Order: sequence, then structure tokens, then C-alpha cells
Amino acid sequence: MAHLEEVSVEKFKHLVSERALTGETVLLNMGPQHPSTHGVLRLLLELDGETIVNCIPDVGFLHTGVEKNMEAKTYQKAEVMTDRLDYMNPLGNNLAYSMAVEKLIDLDVPVRAQALRVILVELQRIASHLVWLGTSGLDLAAMSMFMYCFREREQILDIFELVSGQRMMTTYIRPGGVWRDVPVEFEKATRDFLKIFVKRVDEYETLLTKNPLFIDRTMDLGKLDSALALSYGVTGPVLRASGVNWDLRKARPYMGYEQYDFNVPITTEGDVYARYLVRVQEMRESLKIIEQALNKLPLGPVRSDNRKFVPPPRSEIGVSMESLIHHFKLWTEGFSAPQGSVYAAVESPRGELGVYLEGDGGPKPHRVHMRTPSFDNLGVLPRIVKGVLVADLVAILSSIDIVLGDIDR
Amino acid sequence: MDKKLEAIVKELQSKFSATAEEFRGEVHLIVKPENIVAALTYLRDEQKFELLSALTASDYFPQTAPRFHVVYQLTSLANNLSLQLRAPLHGEDPRLPSAAGVYGSANWRERELLDMFGIQFDGHPDPRRILMPEETEGHPLRKDYPLGYEEPQFSFNYEEIGSLKPFAKE
Repeated sequence: MAHLEEVSVEKFKHLVSERALTGETVLLNMGPQHPSTHGVLRLLLELDGETIVNCIPDVGFLHTGVEKNMEAKTYQKAEVMTDRLDYMNPLGNNLAYSMAVEKLIDLDVPVRAQALRVILVELQRIASHLVWLGTSGLDLAAMSMFMYCFREREQILDIFELVSGQRMMTTYIRPGGVWRDVPVEFEKATRDFLKIFVKRVDEYETLLTKNPLFIDRTMDLGKLDSALALSYGVTGPVLRASGVNWDLRKARPYMGYEQYDFNVPITTEGDVYARYLVRVQEMRESLKIIEQALNKLPLGPVRSDNRKFVPPPRSEIGVSMESLIHHFKLWTEGFSAPQGSVYAAVESPRGELGVYLEGDGGPKPHRVHMRTPSFDNLGVLPRIVKGVLVADLVAILSSIDIVLGDIDR
Repeated sequence: MDKKLEAIVKELQSKFSATAEEFRGEVHLIVKPENIVAALTYLRDEQKFELLSALTASDYFPQTAPRFHVVYQLTSLANNLSLQLRAPLHGEDPRLPSAAGVYGSANWRERELLDMFGIQFDGHPDPRRILMPEETEGHPLRKDYPLGYEEPQFSFNYEEIGSLKPFAKE
């Protein structure tokens, strides 16, 4: 492993200004261990006093070879890896991967499973935005935001635990449906959360939205115009804060999103404050979706009954020989997917989460690529931090809402 | 296929002698590596494909011609269309012209392909590894790169494992 002190400026001479070579400006490491980098991210900063001349992100510290590992597992078993990518959005990753598998093998999902998926993914979106709100509040010295946001997030994680047995690494959404039906307590727990959370969002807003200190720190900072954002593949709330109306839930509805009535919050300023407004409004819209989905949650199966791809329920295994054979085949050999490649994308809390999945006729994927939104969103950072102060870099970085597990895969 | 997309595909077929495939409602166009930047520029400027959603590759080892497919997943926000371009690459010295000048996001994505597949991008502004440490040997996502262990060689897979031998870590 390279040690940081071994790295010489020679290697990235083309990325810094000439003044760095003469020693007129200072090169400073921010991270990999730094409370404001939201994970293990190293930013090499070229500083003129306290002003940033150049910023060179260095990623890969959390690289665990997820894509390579998935190639060595069957389609069902590979799904466990997806939880570990964007650890603020495991259900969303499950969904994207499941959708890609379903597209590849041409499998239908029952309506109840679709509605459950929507409810859970929207809860996950709120949980993810809460972590973002809490930590970016913390970065701007609004300590109490962190406490409040994590209080509500805990309530969401309790719902996940109720449903899947796990707080974070759920693997609940699976190709063909969901793991099992939700327990009876689920509806009450979710409705309790909805009731409380509407008031809580108002509370967050009273703390920040008109807070002059917060506005001073965030307005007109880290401006990103829509053309630059699109060129750099920026998606999600960051893109919508730059005035581009693009949300995959509206543009290309999946899992029955077209039946729900919700808005896509847009602001045009493209600064840190605009991103804050978009995300806070998104939490409110997610509440609307969850409520509608709960109200008309259809009854029925939660897993596809195509036994060639989806394991039979436990109750059938004892009485049906075919079920036993299917179960055995699916968990030893797996199912074979046809040759060909598909790309399925969902709107994750951070943007377009796409899965490129290629089958080769066998039970293991030939290639899985996770198009993770944080990777592209961070790529634009060097372009928007030139000329700002180091303290403001912290605000800009947290407004992009990166997750390093998502970037490094 | 969507009518708008069909017109675009026809245009690309005549302009860049691309071949089209359709699978599960997705359109994949195989474009020659030397035409890829021109095709991307055309799609961005004339057909409003503003977003390069994904840029990745797939390895078809032991096949060598082509060994790799570099995959460009494009999205048009204005027309709500998707299109995939695929550039087949030969296994020996795989290289492509860089698309970093067309789409900014290609900069990091191409670094990732350089890192993971060893595909060289000519004219790339910053050709360094991105995820793996700089002194890494080999390219992890290639099919001949072992997954941390060596598979035991039996009589039934003797040749298959043998073909990976020079690459496996002893």
C-alpha cells in the first residue's frame, strides 16, 4: 500500500496549477480520515491561503470488488452484495438489482409486492435524506439537527426490522417480489410514523429554512448550472436543484409509481440552499406516496408464482414434491438467465441508480455493473469548488450527499 | 421500438454503419471504435441525448475478437429515450478514443475502465487508476483475473484452469 507521504506532486502535475510546483500554493490532504468527508474520501486540495485553487478527489478506499464478487454468485445470492453498496439505501439497491434480474428473465411481480416495494423504498428515501440532513447540519455546526434526524430515522429502521428482521442490510426486495409478506403490525407502525413525521419536517424547517446563519452559509454557494450537471452525469436532487425536471419515478414509472399523486420538487438556483430545499420537500412528497400506497395496498401474493425462478413458500415444501425439487434446484444451482444484457434504473435518494446486468445463459451473471449516482455526483465537485473557502467546501460536499460505499463499490 | 428512436437508429446506421439489436425492449447499437466519439457527439448535439447514464464494459474472454464491449448507456431527457452504444474491442491492446470531451462524466468512468479492464483511452485528460491503488498489477474485472483464490485443477477442468495459469496468483 502506498503511504501518503510517498505521493509526489509529479503524478498529478497536470491537475494542479503551476504555482503548486513552485511552492506558491499549498497542497493539503483533507481526509481520508476526516469527519466532514462522510466516509473514507480523500480530497487533495491546492490552497492559496484559505481559498481552493484545485480539488482532486481520491476515491477507492472502500473498494471491495462488489461487481467481481457478484459474477461468482448465482443471481439470488449476488443480491446480498447490493445492500452493501449504498448503505444508506439498501432497499433501493435491492430494488434496482431485482428489477434488472426481472427484466432479464422476463418475470412479473405481483401488485401487492410492487406496492410494498414502493412504501419501503420511499421510507428508505426519507431515512437517507434524514442522515443527509443530520450530517450536513452537523457540518454547519447545527448539532441538534443530527440528534433530531437520527431520532426519526431510528423509527424507520425499526419498521425495516419489523419487516425484514434487519435494520440496514435487509435483502428484503428480491427478484420476483419480496421475501415474505409484511407482519400485521406493519401498517400501524408506518401510519404512526407518517403522523409524527409531518410535524417533524415542519420542526426541521423552523430550525433551518429561515435561519439567517444557515442561509449565510449555504446561499449562492457551490453553484452548479444545469448544462454542467448534465454533462457530468449528475442526477437526483442535485440535478433537480439546478432546475432540471428529471425524476425517473415520473419520467419512466416503475413499480406502479404512475398511480400515485406526487410532485417533483424543483428549484433553479443550483446552490447548496436549493439542494436543501429540494430534499426537504422530497421527504414531504415521499410521505404522500407512502400514505396513498398504504391506503390502497392490494391483497394477494407477494412473490411471483413462477417456480422456475422464485422459490416456493415453506408451507408447500412439506406437501409437494415439485416444490421441494424447485427449492433444491434454486438454492443449489440457481436459475439460468438468457444471454443478453439489460439496464434497469431507479430513482435512488441520490439519483439514477442503474444496474447493467448481462447474462450468459448460465446461473451466474456474466457482468453486473452498478451505475451508482454518488460516483458521478462527486465527479463534478472539482468543477464547483474552485475559488471557495475550505470551510465552504465542507458545506458543498455535504450538499452533494455522497455515500462512499456507493462510489467505491 | 419507439418511432422517434427508430428514426435515430436509422440515422446512426447510415451515418456510422452501426448495427442494431433489440433485447427486452432495449436498443443496442454496435458502433465501430473509431466512430464512437463522432456518434456520441452527434447524439448529444443533434438528438438531445444530454446524459451519459452509464459507461461500462464487459469481458468475453477467452474470445479475443472482440474481447471487450464498451457500453455507453445514453439518456435523452428532452425526448425521454434510452439508447445503448456498444464498441467492440480487440483483446490485444484494447484502446478507444476518449469521450471525456463530449460528456464530462466519461472522465471518471473511463478511468474506472482503465483501472478495471485495462482499456486505454486515447486523449484522456487524466489517465490514472481510480479505485485500485496505483501499484496494483492487473485489471480486476477481467475474466482472467482470479477472484482471490485459485480453483483446484481437476481432470475435467484441467485446460480451463490451465488457460488462466499465468494470471493466477500462486
